[in-house]
Amino acid sequence: MNWLTLLMVLPLIGSVALAVLPKENEKLVKQVALASTLVVMGATIAMAVGFQRDSIELQFVEKYAWIPSFGINYALGVDGLALVLILMSTILAPVVVLAGWNESQGGRWSVKTFYILILVLETMMIGVFAATDVFLFYVIFEAMLIPVYFLIGGYGSGERSAAAVKFLIYSLFGGLMMLASIIALYVMSGAQGGHTFDLAALSQLQMSSMTQNLLFLGFFIAFAIKAPLWPLHTWLPDAAESATPGTSVLLLGVLDKVGTFGMIRYCLTLFPDASKTFTPVILVLAVISIIYGAILAIGQRDLKRLIAFTSISHFGFITLGIFAMTSQGYSGAALYMFNHGFSTAALFLVGGWMISRRGSSTISDFGGLQRITPVMAWMFFLAGMSSLALPGMSSFVSEFLVLVGTFTRYPVHAVIATFGIVLAALYILIPVQKALHGPTTPGNENLSDLNLREKIAIAPVMAIIIVLGFYPAPLLNVINPAATHVIAQLGFSDPAPTSGGK
Amino acid sequence: MTFTAPVLNYTLLSPILILLGGALIGVLVEAFVSKALRSIVQLSLTVGTLVLSLAQVWRIHNETSMSAAMGSVIIDGPAILLQASILIISIISIFLFADTDHFTALAAALPGSEEERHSLETGNQVTEVYPLTLFAISGMMLFPIASDLITLFVALEMLSLPLYLMAGLSRRRRLASQEAALKYFLLGAFSSAFFLFGMAYLYGYSASITYAGIRESVVGGSGNDVLLLIGIAFLSIGLLFKVGAVPFHAWSPDVYQGAPTPITGFMAAATKVAAFGAMLRIYYTVFANAQWSWTPLLSVIAIITMLFGSLVAIAQRDVKRMLAYSSIAHAGFLLAGVIALNKAGLEASIFYLFAYGVATVGAFAVVTLVRDSSGEVTDLNRWKGLGKRSPWVAATFAGFLLAFAGIPLTSGFIGKFSIFSAAYESGAKGVVFAGVLSSAIAAFFYIRVIVLMFFTDATQDGTSVQLPSALTRATLVISIAITIALGVYPAPLLNVISNLSTFIR
Repeated sequence: MNWLTLLMVLPLIGSVALAVLPKENEKLVKQVALASTLVVMGATIAMAVGFQRDSIELQFVEKYAWIPSFGINYALGVDGLALVLILMSTILAPVVVLAGWNESQGGRWSVKTFYILILVLETMMIGVFAATDVFLFYVIFEAMLIPVYFLIGGYGSGERSAAAVKFLIYSLFGGLMMLASIIALYVMSGAQGGHTFDLAALSQLQMSSMTQNLLFLGFFIAFAIKAPLWPLHTWLPDAAESATPGTSVLLLGVLDKVGTFGMIRYCLTLFPDASKTFTPVILVLAVISIIYGAILAIGQRDLKRLIAFTSISHFGFITLGIFAMTSQGYSGAALYMFNHGFSTAALFLVGGWMISRRGSSTISDFGGLQRITPVMAWMFFLAGMSSLALPGMSSFVSEFLVLVGTFTRYPVHAVIATFGIVLAALYILIPVQKALHGPTTPGNENLSDLNLREKIAIAPVMAIIIVLGFYPAPLLNVINPAATHVIAQLGFSDPAPTSGGK
Repeated sequence: MTFTAPVLNYTLLSPILILLGGALIGVLVEAFVSKALRSIVQLSLTVGTLVLSLAQVWRIHNETSMSAAMGSVIIDGPAILLQASILIISIISIFLFADTDHFTALAAALPGSEEERHSLETGNQVTEVYPLTLFAISGMMLFPIASDLITLFVALEMLSLPLYLMAGLSRRRRLASQEAALKYFLLGAFSSAFFLFGMAYLYGYSASITYAGIRESVVGGSGNDVLLLIGIAFLSIGLLFKVGAVPFHAWSPDVYQGAPTPITGFMAAATKVAAFGAMLRIYYTVFANAQWSWTPLLSVIAIITMLFGSLVAIAQRDVKRMLAYSSIAHAGFLLAGVIALNKAGLEASIFYLFAYGVATVGAFAVVTLVRDSSGEVTDLNRWKGLGKRSPWVAATFAGFLLAFAGIPLTSGFIGKFSIFSAAYESGAKGVVFAGVLSSAIAAFFYIRVIVLMFFTDATQDGTSVQLPSALTRATLVISIAITIALGVYPAPLLNVISNLSTFIR
């Protein structure tokens, strides 16, 4: 059974169904959108059950000729990492639809268009993680920009068009750098046994180290813009500030993961030697991102920008874990990608409800929410705790793994990165103190607490955060075999733990 | 002395002969049919002729005999593909001609004169544009199949002369239109002179005017290389002028802006196919063995053309001028296909020409729809909020712009990918890098137009999108369908191209 194609087709069917619905019946449109995303989620879970956890092979493989004259295939397949990310995307999609029930109303276009864009985006989110043909990956990687661009520019707030354009130009620039590298790979494959875009075949190519370094950069710049890594991050705060909370969840939670996912799937696999060459530089950038993102987050007065900067810090951790080249670091990074999706979703969604109730996103406008809206305040508090990686929250496990994995090989980087955790406490606790506690700011007296729909939307997110915090084994079992395999392929073995003392 | 009658091989020439016949009948229609019927008769005659010619191209596509008219034309695989492309592009652009509002009622009358007003009042609309178009198309069909320099030059003039006239036919802003036509004519005449000059040197070099003869001398390497170099340089100037490559591009923004929009669309798309078709044949066959002498120069021109077109387009405030500079940039991308000089390059160029031509016609079709009470509105600032008022038209235009920008799932992306990979394969890495860079620059101004249409609030100045007529609608639907289909599933067309793309030398 073609599970992955099925997953990609289901949201498309939903979007076609939406297209024929009358524009006026907004409620029906939303219900159909929610139903479609729920079906996709169900199908993904059903697929995940059949995943062979201890295998390192790609699973659910499909391959059909697409453009034979260029050797391009429609080829899909998932390993543990891709499966986990697809699972995350399809769980987040219904949450976003349900949580942002009313956020599409202030748009330039109809509610219907909003959900069509979301569903088309969902198809692409699944495809981008499942593609095993480099050309197919690139096509989806670029085509994904279009729905997001319209989601930000059409339904956002504030300087939405400027933010949308900035997002698009940055991403297109990165994408074109990657295209140049892809063309070079394609041409080299032609010289070494026939044109192909098959990832496995391309990873066997022989090339000089100079070529490998240049091509690596082409890919890496595209992913570093996406993920965003300092200094290529400047589009993210603007985009997150302007987009609706739901769009931000998909943007930061899912789309930006394509960057870190791409570093693992493409940079490490295709250019193992260049990856090692650039590791020192990348690790420094990652550490800078961790600290820089955290410090700027502390300084933000706007709630959405604050969340965006915390993500820059978190992406620093993920990148650090990937390039530490240890299996703990790698597993930690993979788990971090999954967890970050949910903790960011929680922050953005609860933050979004606070903002839409108050009509302002400035942190100092809030105050005393703990008394007026206790449930919402608790949810924000929990989301914040997850973001600062409190033990017992899922993100603690992943952050800990990343730091342990890094420490065994790069102790200095790990130590500096640890300061990021201290700063995280500041950037979370300051808004918690200002917004939730203290005297009630005038204008907040009549805010309403979360309604049933919102509670239902946030419940699964919180459940995942807490359950995985205490028992991350199910996910780690899926990720670990792939992690060990990738690290071994790169020619690394984990440094033996040293027992203390000399 | 006995006279041998030339063997013409009429079957192979029939697509062009049909067009010429149709054009001549069109002249008669212009003279004898009453003004009430003229327009509709001309349109159906022209479309009928084009379809018949296309059918004939299909019928000869696997003829075994390749050479016609005593070896002065060659109908090989690429020739069939290019001719078919020219005809398909012509058919979809001719639908736009049906709206006579674009064309002056009486081109012979002075702007603002009594005769002009009279013919407008009596509705005495002349429709000479149809036969002119057919003449131009037959020139375009001949241009890429010519296989000696004389035929090539005749074809060049045959396609150019009607175009000079057509550029001056605009109903509104007639003076600007006539100025554009004159500019086009004068610069075109200059470039023809260079072209002839180059021909003379090539004759001096090889003592032959046939492609085969010149090629033989190039391969043999016995001639005087100075003559060859001068010949290539001057011949290239003539060709580069037609495709609008920098520094021979000066005419194109003015002509694009001044000419009636349907003509601009037709000219931009079909002329490019014809001119690049001829260029490909000349460089891939005649000069292929003198690669050392022209690739460096052409690479520099390609790089300058791409970067100049993309950069200057950013500053444009008029949609037609913007599309003109964008077409200059695209000429640069296409030159990368010429430089590639391998089979992949030829295939990529043909695919790119067709995909770009179709999208161009579609884009100009949208331009014809945006109007106020005094005609078309080409000022980009007045396109604000178009997406709100006519979402479908704006979305279609956005589709064409995304194709120009080379976004995946549009034909433009496949074209760009294939042409860059072919150029890279032949070692032209600098050209590819410049191409990628200018794609990034170009994306900026294409996206800016999308922002204007969708994300900016409309101004109240009477700009509106006219409801497309059935024919314009057909143009739009066909061109957007081709643009997307070739982006999503280009395999069938690529296979056809791949099977047919071998030049006969």
